Amino acid sequence: MKVTLFIPCFVDLFYPQVGISMVRILEKLGHTVVCPEGPACCGQPAFNTGYWEESREVAIKVMESLQGAEVVVIASGSCGAMMKVFYPELFAGTKYETQARELAPKCYEFSAFLVNKLGVTNLGARFQHKVTFHDGCHGLRELNNKRPPRELMAKVHGLELVEMGAAETCCGFGGTFSAKFPMISTAMGDVKCASALDTSAEYIVSCDSSCLMHLQGLIDRQHKPIKTIHLAEILVQQ
Amino acid sequence: MTEPAVQFKHDARRLSADLRHRQIILTAMGNYEVARDQRKGAFQDWQSARQMAAETKWDAINHLDRHLEQLVRNLEARGTKVHWAATDQQARDIILGILRAKKARIIVKSKAMTSEEIHLNEAMEQAGYEVVESDLGEFIVQLREEPPYHIVFPAMHLTRDDIKDVFQRKLGDAPSNNPEELTMVARRVLREKYLQADVGITGANFAIAETGMLSITENEGNARLTAALSRTMITLLGIEKVLPRLEDLALFLPMLAAMGTGQAITCYNTLYGGPRQPGESDGPGEYHVVLLDNHRTALLADAEQRDSLHCIRCGACLNACPIFRNVGGHTYGTTYCGPIGAVITPNLRGLNEWRHLSYASSLCGACTETCPVKINLHHHLLQNRRNASRRRPSWWQRIAFQVFAPVANKPALWALVTRMGRLGQKAHSLVKGGRLDPAYAWTKTRDLPPVAKQSFKEWWRARR
Amino acid sequence: MSERDDILARVREALTVPAPMPGHDHDTGPRALVLPSMADQRRVLPAVGQSFDEQAALFRRKAVELHADFRLVKDVAAMAAELKAICAAEKWQRAASHAGELTGAACRALGLPILLTDQAFDKRELARCDVGISDCDALVAQTGSVVVTSRSAGGRALSVLPPHHVVVARREQLLPDLPAAFAFLRSKYGADYPSMISFITGPSRTGDIERILVLGAHGPKKLTILCV
Repeated sequence: MKVTLFIPCFVDLFYPQVGISMVRILEKLGHTVVCPEGPACCGQPAFNTGYWEESREVAIKVMESLQGAEVVVIASGSCGAMMKVFYPELFAGTKYETQARELAPKCYEFSAFLVNKLGVTNLGARFQHKVTFHDGCHGLRELNNKRPPRELMAKVHGLELVEMGAAETCCGFGGTFSAKFPMISTAMGDVKCASALDTSAEYIVSCDSSCLMHLQGLIDRQHKPIKTIHLAEILVQQ
Repeated sequence: MTEPAVQFKHDARRLSADLRHRQIILTAMGNYEVARDQRKGAFQDWQSARQMAAETKWDAINHLDRHLEQLVRNLEARGTKVHWAATDQQARDIILGILRAKKARIIVKSKAMTSEEIHLNEAMEQAGYEVVESDLGEFIVQLREEPPYHIVFPAMHLTRDDIKDVFQRKLGDAPSNNPEELTMVARRVLREKYLQADVGITGANFAIAETGMLSITENEGNARLTAALSRTMITLLGIEKVLPRLEDLALFLPMLAAMGTGQAITCYNTLYGGPRQPGESDGPGEYHVVLLDNHRTALLADAEQRDSLHCIRCGACLNACPIFRNVGGHTYGTTYCGPIGAVITPNLRGLNEWRHLSYASSLCGACTETCPVKINLHHHLLQNRRNASRRRPSWWQRIAFQVFAPVANKPALWALVTRMGRLGQKAHSLVKGGRLDPAYAWTKTRDLPPVAKQSFKEWWRARR
Repeated sequence: MSERDDILARVREALTVPAPMPGHDHDTGPRALVLPSMADQRRVLPAVGQSFDEQAALFRRKAVELHADFRLVKDVAAMAAELKAICAAEKWQRAASHAGELTGAACRALGLPILLTDQAFDKRELARCDVGISDCDALVAQTGSVVVTSRSAGGRALSVLPPHHVVVARREQLLPDLPAAFAFLRSKYGADYPSMISFITGPSRTGDIERILVLGAHGPKKLTILCV
């Protein structure tokens, strides 16, 4: 099928390899991948900060660029939740409400797309490492995305998954929260990293590069003996 | 920034870095989670129970006028004096008036967050009454002259040594730091107060409209003693505490206990329907019920956020909240802390002064997930942010987002910003982590990732 | 206009705008809301067996968890014997109670000075009693609770002020669950409820100090249930 892939702003600028991995995986499965040229941002920063009019300016462009898409795969849980769950709220009572409601069922976060829509769990991937998984809050609670990443990891050759106690606890990024309340954000990240380190895993894996950006930032500053990696980067390794 | 916002940031900064505090809270929460999950697991269908509880509260709140009238009718029919207080000041005046009329000297109180809300203790103490908090946690923080730390566990932040210390200083009686011995000290002191008290003041967890009863949930028996031994009893509660029927308690009592303390049901769940009735041998000769509005009707009028009045004050959202766990209850600087506090305080006490509470959240949604009555807490935080920005926008943030829109929407502009970002990062390394760094909020504690040598869009374009 | 009228007027005004129902999308219109029935509640609450034996066993398990002492005895004479044994072990000197068939038998068996709380009494005298012996309205298997009222259990203070509370009950009083307990109270008291109804579940307790469980915070440190 034709898959429209939406790449969030931070993946575009900081973690293009995540998006590239997704393209390679989808094409290997025989699908055509399209990336709309237009908008670089789903509008979540403005929405979360309370500037809904400004958020709509960006979100409208996103919806326009996705018109006629058969299926939309989003390279992050938080942006996926924004488009699937929050666009209807953002546009409630406006002339775009119907469009938002029609778009929602077509949206999938990447791992959910593979497992729930395509029914694929085994990509023939190989990753000989011990890892622990961080459930990004939006993916977990707005998109109910607990199982798909784990089903995918279970089929990766050589991968050992150890769950951390704080797997479902927020990492502390929260978008603009990380800059508005940096001390709380950092404390939450420290608690998360400590829980991950307790598992003796080599990698923290997630479906959300924004969370990983925050955790990696702390790990680098504190020279912690653990690395972060997006699930797609694992699944592309043969 | 408003004064409460300054105080919040200051205290949050201090507590976030306090590793001792962090360890105490995480340990307490870990134990709570185990017990809570056991209790939820004992239900045959917890999620359906939540839906039933949510619907029951929806009925209670969306027919509040009818239920309140029925409640009051039933209470008055059996001799209870019902008072209506539109504001905190009125509630204080009503209660002080009763104390004066009864020539009270010693007041014993059982736990009532509503009394914290209206600052009742200070008012009573200023008027010259001796006020004794009988709940052990409240008793301890009263001795320490600080507000309760958590709506269910007032002394959660204290170790046994902290408690031994204040007992020694204020009571002159602290045999050891053993929790059992310390509790027995409090039991001895308070027993005397129960027997001496002229007036007993309680809160209430639920108000049963159908039968005209106030339901009080507790473990220690201090509310039972407060309600049994004084000649005059007063119950203060918010108008939103209403439940339609007696049998609704069959669901709410176990759900409150499961989420509040990880128990199947608390030790004492008691219904009070009036003063001593003919044929009864003890109990207060007079029973007063004070119904408090204090901006609850304003919340009621906001149909989008009306369900925040469904709250049963179990504290589960506090326990689930990673922000609460890191900054603690005192940091919020107001009666109701945690996620529910962050939702209702801007609406009860002023959007402009208290908006920061709704911003101090990563919107993780753990609160909404755990709430036994399904309040859409984190969505309400978003709505508060929207309302606050409309009421008083931050001009530089608005401009930033307005500038961002075309930059994000136009591929050419975004490509330009990408290239500038790469250049900018080279310059940034000169000021990184220091006071001149524009990204200081981030770089104080974290490294920034490098802008990729080839962004995804650049790769995609090159590919085609 | 009184405060009451003011507040009620504000409530009515506020409610002219409908609020969405819980757990329902904006799309689906409001449906008629039916409050949960007893059957609905029973479907979701913890399961309880149907027979007396299952329910008694459940009550016993709960009592153990709660550190309450539950004894199923053959008859009133056996109940009296158990009570005498506890009295000797605890060295009771004074007891408080109220008039009743089972409580009367209990008090006679003890042979101690008894403070009766059926009429007005001195609360300081009650505070000096070692034990309070009362009837109950029901026992609830689902939670291990004892239901007492100010009318049928000697007033408000008897079951909470003395350091040991003894409940004397009959096995017919064992109810399966909370829904049954509230239905029972409704049928027993109709429109004339006692001023206090209390569900007692175990001896008094607190976890306010480092969440360590301590019994006997303010209410009784010990709860004994003798069921004939």
